[in-house]
Amino acid sequence: MTAVQKSFHFLRSGLWAFSATCLLAASFLVAMALVGTADAQEKTKVGFVYVGPIGDHGWTHAHDVGRRALEEEFGSGVETTFLESVPEGADAEGAIRRLANEGHDVIFTTSFGYMNPTLKVAREFPDIRFEHATGYKRSDNVSTYSIRFYEGRYIQGVIAGHMTQSNAIGYVAAFPIPEVMRGINAFLLGARSVNPEVTLHLVWVNTWFDPGKERDAAQSLIDRGADIIAQHTDSAAPLQVASENGVFAFGQASDMRAFAPRAQLSASVNSWGPYYVARVQAAKDGSWESQDTWGGLKSGMLTMAEYANMPDEVKAAARTAEQGIRDGSVAIWKGPLVDTDGTEHLAAGLELSDQALLGMAWALEGVQGAP
Amino acid sequence: MLIVRIEPREFDTTSTQGARAHLRVLGLAAVVPLLVSLLLGGLIFLSNGIPPLHGLHAFFIAPLSDRLGLTELLVKAAPLALIACGLLFVFRANVWNIGAEGQFILGAIGATGTALFLVPQDSPFCLPALFLGGVIAGAAWAGVVAWLRAHLRVNEILCSLMLVYVAQLLLHWLVQSPWRDPQGYNFPETALFESSLMLPILVERTRLHLGVLFVVPAVALTWLLLNRSLFGLAISVAGRAPRAARFAGFSQKRIIWMTLLVSGGFAGLAGAVEVVGLTGQLVPRISPGYGFTAIIVAFLGGLHPLGVVAAALLVALTYLGGEAAQVTTQLPYAAAGIFQGLLLFSVLAFGFFSRHRVRFTRAVQRPAGQVLQASANLPANPSANSSTNPRVDL
Repeated sequence: MTAVQKSFHFLRSGLWAFSATCLLAASFLVAMALVGTADAQEKTKVGFVYVGPIGDHGWTHAHDVGRRALEEEFGSGVETTFLESVPEGADAEGAIRRLANEGHDVIFTTSFGYMNPTLKVAREFPDIRFEHATGYKRSDNVSTYSIRFYEGRYIQGVIAGHMTQSNAIGYVAAFPIPEVMRGINAFLLGARSVNPEVTLHLVWVNTWFDPGKERDAAQSLIDRGADIIAQHTDSAAPLQVASENGVFAFGQASDMRAFAPRAQLSASVNSWGPYYVARVQAAKDGSWESQDTWGGLKSGMLTMAEYANMPDEVKAAARTAEQGIRDGSVAIWKGPLVDTDGTEHLAAGLELSDQALLGMAWALEGVQGAP
Repeated sequence: MLIVRIEPREFDTTSTQGARAHLRVLGLAAVVPLLVSLLLGGLIFLSNGIPPLHGLHAFFIAPLSDRLGLTELLVKAAPLALIACGLLFVFRANVWNIGAEGQFILGAIGATGTALFLVPQDSPFCLPALFLGGVIAGAAWAGVVAWLRAHLRVNEILCSLMLVYVAQLLLHWLVQSPWRDPQGYNFPETALFESSLMLPILVERTRLHLGVLFVVPAVALTWLLLNRSLFGLAISVAGRAPRAARFAGFSQKRIIWMTLLVSGGFAGLAGAVEVVGLTGQLVPRISPGYGFTAIIVAFLGGLHPLGVVAAALLVALTYLGGEAAQVTTQLPYAAAGIFQGLLLFSVLAFGFFSRHRVRFTRAVQRPAGQVLQASANLPANPSANSSTNPRVDL
């Protein structure tokens, strides 16, 4: 045997020894883990299912801020876990099931597409409390909760109506679901309340989070003459594109000012923390019941980021609208409301019911690119 | 000039020594990538502040240590194995169907359409009809590719891939407009199927449904067709030596049509199973990318039906592991994805090097076709193992 062959031989036996050690270590770890789970402490386990990454700086980020608020509030009395970027297809059920199976007491599923999977899993785990954001189906152990995001959109519209020069406003939209349609219509109503000439131009990206697509959509809107960009998608990309092109834009779901200090006019900021704290508290003291919550500016679930990059009189107009919505003196959904096909959905002098808002599938006349 | 040569390893398997050498290389190809990826995985965990052994345990072992994990593994592996079985036919015939994702979506659409509009719900034939609907829709979508490729000589890689986007938009349109649940507050989903139109759950409190068992006959059928039928022979010959196939009287067009239809049918079946076994309705994001992942599964499995099953299980485990590691160690989703990519990459890379060796040599005159330059596109095909002249007909 040559020296080279010998060393090869040695290397090979070394490899086997190494893999054997690895196996031993692995089985030791299994044993440790099994022992470890036996003496888990009595604390409320809260799980979250997120549709995007927590670093989206938008929708999911806002939910994660709420999760951290839970940890601050309850300290060692709570243990939180989350699954990020869970697609809204068949696998959502698997993710929810995993959290349920691992002994969580409360599970928040934070995107519309998780509705049916949440209900399905909830049926099999009657002792676990489920909370589904933005859906409409409930059961004994499934609550729903959402925010009247459209209130913030209305204020954004007021600001945009004042600020636009071209009267063309670009809007990056995700999916034509009622929540998005409400936002589009409220935005246009706000803009038209101060500037009847405004038209709203939509681009649909068919995703909640895809910075590349969102960026392209915003750029094409600006190229077509939009001088203000609004977005109903979760990344900061449209805002950044607006900034690069020297036009104004609004942040989404979280304050995104850091991404575009000179372009962000304001942002609707979703404040889930207080709701999460209240619900986990209810689960702890046994008062949890299935319910529907739809809060807005008034209940503090929605706040507006600082009004910036605009003249003082526009700031004042925005504050007036904000105050008006809070005290009820500004009604957003008042007739007549006529859609793009000319159908009248609400006669003059009436106000739209929550029921009609929940199923909104039409876009107001003045919206270009409606589905 | 220094030249990098990639040549096939040759083993004289008739002699004990050669066979031993062959086994040794195969063994190394199995163990080394595992160790390499464990090492890399450990580093990824370490860079995220997680003790490496704890992380690896959470990724590979914890997901398999309970009933839920095991059933989830099967639920995730089943569509991958089904689609990959279909892909064996096309890939072995050197027909590059990259659009299984679209055929999967069409299968889901076909099954849903059958459920919503075509079958009376109390009929005993309704469930088989749903699967038939899915298979036909998936095969038809692949049929478009076959027609373009066979009769208009359009590149099948491009048209099959682009039809994926058409399928996705078709799905969006269907759930947003004509098939939208009338009672669904205008959300883009179809109505939920009646429970009689859903596959039974096999294990309580899990997602394990009857459709997972379809993999067994599918794999058996694939093996029989590929290895024990004239059709399978025609595929192999057409794939390895198109000219020989022509001389043997196998019609190239026929092979393109047949393999694509079978492949689309399998993907369509997987799509139908996903709808009928899991979601019970059509939703905008019906596939988490199974059609694309199945391409990896097909090659990881060495283009062999049984290999495909093993590969599907491995890939499914990496998905589950990523999820489990998120829950127990807070490993970011993206880091789990990197780990998954590294694992698959090292398995494929070492698989390649177990069949080929890299030689650094000075430029010498050699007959063309004997060796390949490093820049050549090498198909990761195990059949290259046995031939002295590796083919470059990509």
